[in-house]
Amino acid sequence: MDNKFETVIGLEVHVQLDTDSKIFCSCSTEFGKEPNTNTCPVCLGLPGTLPVLNKKAVDYLVMTGLALNCDIASYSKFDRKNYFYPDLPKAYQISQYDLPLAKDGYIEVETEEGTHKIGITRIHLEEDAGKLIHEGSIDKSSGSLVDYNRTGVPLAEIVSEPDIRTPAQAREYLNYLKKTLEYLGVSDCNMEEGSLRCDANISLRPRGQEQFGTKVELKNMNSFKAIEKALAYEQKRQRKLIDNTDEIIQETRTWDEDKNKTISMRGKEEANDYRYFPEPDLVPLEINENWAEEIRERLPEMPSVRKNRFIKEYEIPEYDADVLTDSRELADLFEECVTEYNDPKEVSNWIMGEFLRLVNEEKMEVGDTKITGQLLGKMLKMMDEDVISSKIAKTVFEEMFHTGKDPEKIVEEKGLKQISDEDKLETIVENIIEENPDAVEDIKNGKDKAIGYLVGQVMKETKGKANPQMVNQMFRDKISEL
Amino acid sequence: MINEEEVKKIADLASLKLSEEETKTFAKQLSDIVDYVEKLDELDTDDIVPTAYTIPVKNVLRKDEVEESLDIEKVLKNAPEELDNQFRVPKIMDEDN
Repeated sequence: MDNKFETVIGLEVHVQLDTDSKIFCSCSTEFGKEPNTNTCPVCLGLPGTLPVLNKKAVDYLVMTGLALNCDIASYSKFDRKNYFYPDLPKAYQISQYDLPLAKDGYIEVETEEGTHKIGITRIHLEEDAGKLIHEGSIDKSSGSLVDYNRTGVPLAEIVSEPDIRTPAQAREYLNYLKKTLEYLGVSDCNMEEGSLRCDANISLRPRGQEQFGTKVELKNMNSFKAIEKALAYEQKRQRKLIDNTDEIIQETRTWDEDKNKTISMRGKEEANDYRYFPEPDLVPLEINENWAEEIRERLPEMPSVRKNRFIKEYEIPEYDADVLTDSRELADLFEECVTEYNDPKEVSNWIMGEFLRLVNEEKMEVGDTKITGQLLGKMLKMMDEDVISSKIAKTVFEEMFHTGKDPEKIVEEKGLKQISDEDKLETIVENIIEENPDAVEDIKNGKDKAIGYLVGQVMKETKGKANPQMVNQMFRDKISEL
Repeated sequence: MINEEEVKKIADLASLKLSEEETKTFAKQLSDIVDYVEKLDELDTDDIVPTAYTIPVKNVLRKDEVEESLDIEKVLKNAPEELDNQFRVPKIMDEDN
């Protein structure tokens, strides 16, 4: 930690709200369609068209505001933000200026130094712009290609107070936001597809000083990791400038992922003058108590609340509860399985172990797997009933993970049923005893460990299908008889 | 009062190129307009919320339902230049930027 200087960070996050249609017209918001096929006269900004607000976008923003402890404005309006750029066909963006839908919220993140409160200044609703592809690099290209599919996709802009003190806290804040938004189901927060974008403001000031130092705006960070790295780099760069009594210039800098440093974006320095004015094509928005209350009642259980309930209700360790509530889908899977199979810790072990291992290995999203709580519960019961061994269970699990097939069917089709038939096992056990006189001698001399080796040989012989407890007992009985 | 400097700045923000003569003309005309509107300053508006809308309508909303978009041929009909179903526009940054 720097004893002399304190870092001050504020984040501006844009998230795409997961509606089917755009904010002011009925075009689809689907990602990855052929360029310009999701456009119409309204989102192309053709003269004479009128925007009509999508109710779901408003509901989603109110949900977000409530979940982040904001006040919901009973009266709000839209404004035009004017600037020229080819990704904006109307030459203005419909946004909210002085009367945002939500404001004055906060979140609390857990850090090494304890609970840290970060204020949310405001959350407003606006439309996204189109996508530009430059022919060559932006400064040397001869022209640019514009795809307006994204134009008019609803965005929530979430602005934090300058309450963040370290790059790690910034990352915690973003994790919290992402988790919350995913729980609410209002955004998929996919950074790769651009559904979550983040800009940061960062400055340094002597500890104890109230006035902020000169701030730098950081852009173009494509992952939470990149944001943390860019902030750490910038913190160091500014500290060095202060040490050398050089001036920190108020500017916008872009994060260069390859070079691992921030680079000044010259030409963007002049203060923007967006000449905001009320959008005359829309009417004001009034959210009365009933509307807000209706939404509040429909809010899902938030991650931290769910985590604490898991610890209490299912008596699982805090670590488990933390991992399981990391995403709503994972927590749902857990609860669905526990209703089927009432051993929460065992269920938790399978989800945190095999399930997450496969998810990571296959680079999948939790929601994309074929496993259901019912299937996993059924499989765990089959283990209890000695239909399958724990080793075979892993094979069955992997198959269920990929195909979503019933575990009973998998066991049947693949002939994985556990061998608990004593007659069948007896011959194998006897053979193994014969083939391993040394191990048998060890066991006789009290080296119990060697039994494990012999059981392993039987498992190998039966391709994991033998009932290990049974085999273990059989070895004990037989060897003591020798 | 709007001076020529302000006219130049507004023209710049609106991506308009004005001649010296036009700048002078507009400075005069815009000043006249603003002076005229300034008459409203005579009224006491201390207790009045800024009026953004004058019609008594609120909450005009639509359901989140997808309808068909425009044909791509029609979409690109007004494009000055097109390439791969996209609008092609001249380079964005100036050389010295």
